[in-house]
Amino acid sequence: MSLATQQQDEMWRRVAIVAPYLWLLVFFLAPFAIIFKISLADPIIAQPPFTPTFDETGSLKASVDSFTFILTDKFYAITYMRSVLMAAAATIMCLALGFPMAYGIARSNPSTRSLLLLLIVLPFWISFLLRVYAWMGLMNNYGVINNFLMWLGAIDEPIQMMYTDFAVLIGLAYSYLPFMILPLYASLERMDLDLVDAAQDLGASRSRAFWDITWPLAKPGIIAGCLLVLIPAMGEYVIPYLLGGPESLLIGRVLFDEFFVNRDWPLASAVAIILLLLLVVPIVLLQRHQARDQEEAV
Amino acid sequence: MTHHSRFIISVLSFGYAFLYIPLLLVVIYSFNDSAIATVWGGFSTRWYGELLQNDLILDAAFLSLRIAVTSATAATILGTMAGLVLARFGRFKGRTLFSGMIFSPMIMPEVITGLSLLLFFVTLQQLTGWPGQRGFSTIAIAHTTFAMAYVAVIVQSRLMAMDESLEEAAMDLGGRPLRVVFDITLPLIAPAMIAGWLLSFTLSLDDLVIASFVSGPGSTTLPMYIFSKVKLGVSPDINALASMIIAAVSVGVAIAWLVSRRIARTSSNT
Repeated sequence: MSLATQQQDEMWRRVAIVAPYLWLLVFFLAPFAIIFKISLADPIIAQPPFTPTFDETGSLKASVDSFTFILTDKFYAITYMRSVLMAAAATIMCLALGFPMAYGIARSNPSTRSLLLLLIVLPFWISFLLRVYAWMGLMNNYGVINNFLMWLGAIDEPIQMMYTDFAVLIGLAYSYLPFMILPLYASLERMDLDLVDAAQDLGASRSRAFWDITWPLAKPGIIAGCLLVLIPAMGEYVIPYLLGGPESLLIGRVLFDEFFVNRDWPLASAVAIILLLLLVVPIVLLQRHQARDQEEAV
Repeated sequence: MTHHSRFIISVLSFGYAFLYIPLLLVVIYSFNDSAIATVWGGFSTRWYGELLQNDLILDAAFLSLRIAVTSATAATILGTMAGLVLARFGRFKGRTLFSGMIFSPMIMPEVITGLSLLLFFVTLQQLTGWPGQRGFSTIAIAHTTFAMAYVAVIVQSRLMAMDESLEEAAMDLGGRPLRVVFDITLPLIAPAMIAGWLLSFTLSLDDLVIASFVSGPGSTTLPMYIFSKVKLGVSPDINALASMIIAAVSVGVAIAWLVSRRIARTSSNT
């Protein structure tokens, strides 16, 4: 091989690394630095509506007012709490429904299995927004569920479902269920069924065999699935907006409103930074988990 | 057929009903003649007709399609490079940061990604004058950034599942690394690249939150238009629009499934 072609190859290798690397540095990492910078500014009525980091004399101006405001105002503490609790409740609902479903899919014969999996993935391709919207027609006071129950005679007056926490929970569970099922399915499908049979042959009860064998072997899928539901659900905006009421505020919507309605950019940035801090632990857990999973696959 | 307990069968039925009944009802109600979306007023296709005459929807849909094609293509190029780097280049300086940055956009809550990119564009405009107006280009950049992560992961896992012997053989026979990439590796990962492109395309068409942050006046994408309408409640023309999307996706996925099954069958016969 001539030196010239070798140099050319080396150049291409470098392009393959540098192009995506630069893109991510500029459009992913740099924006985070800027969020941090603006969270330390003060809001002013101007364009853009925050004070510059350096004043005319060139000295650094930073204020932690936005952070102290969030940390001392009970409203934010309650909203962060509610977001964590709602996301956790939705995760548990997804796990409770998703685990037996993933188990059933993994244990069906190959031709039905691919169809069942396809039906889990299909909603991914249909607009998220429209899937949430579908529940508005269902849970309305004069929507399908209430009309049906009244027709049955089970209730005389419509039950208030829309604009409640219940509606938000249903919406979260509905939208994120596939994120739970897919990793669960992946780990259950890899599992050796003979182990369960062997345990039962040796006298273990069904539930004993489940808790001692199936559950621990499915653990990687359970962890991945739970984190994949929990993390995005914490910052959800569309679902609480469309299905939740004015009282069922979640932090994603608060951030959106601070920015667009109150036009307080530093405060919105500070809300985002604190949300990010809350998410650091689950995100690092998930990344570690994924890295380990990949090494095992090799 | 493996034996299923009654419990598993009922959970499966309940789960699939939970996933599909809401969609089915939207389709049924899209043929509802009544303007009050929750009252049945007889069968009609008039909402479909009104949909096709609504210029706002058509403009928004066209903008969304343009953004989706652009960002999916850019994301596939950048994501394939990133996947190749992660799967085949071994250790290099800054690899940990690289893989962290690839992975993070996928799980970052959308409000954070959207806010950070908007503040970035505003700062950039103060410093350089670009982007003078937010819209097509800023949304396309935002979508490329999170979609390339998905492409990278798909391409990387395909490369990890594939053994390197073909590429090594080509190199042993004197093939230059770059030629080997284009003649051997890329054709082998083409299915992963197509899957990545399609996923990026869908993610871009689907995105509301990030686009709301980084778009400017006058550029309304389809999800932004839909959101502005459904904020006010259930509306019959959105039912029609949703039904058209559901129909298009179902037909597309059904065709893809049948084709892949046929390929699987012919290859297992030979």
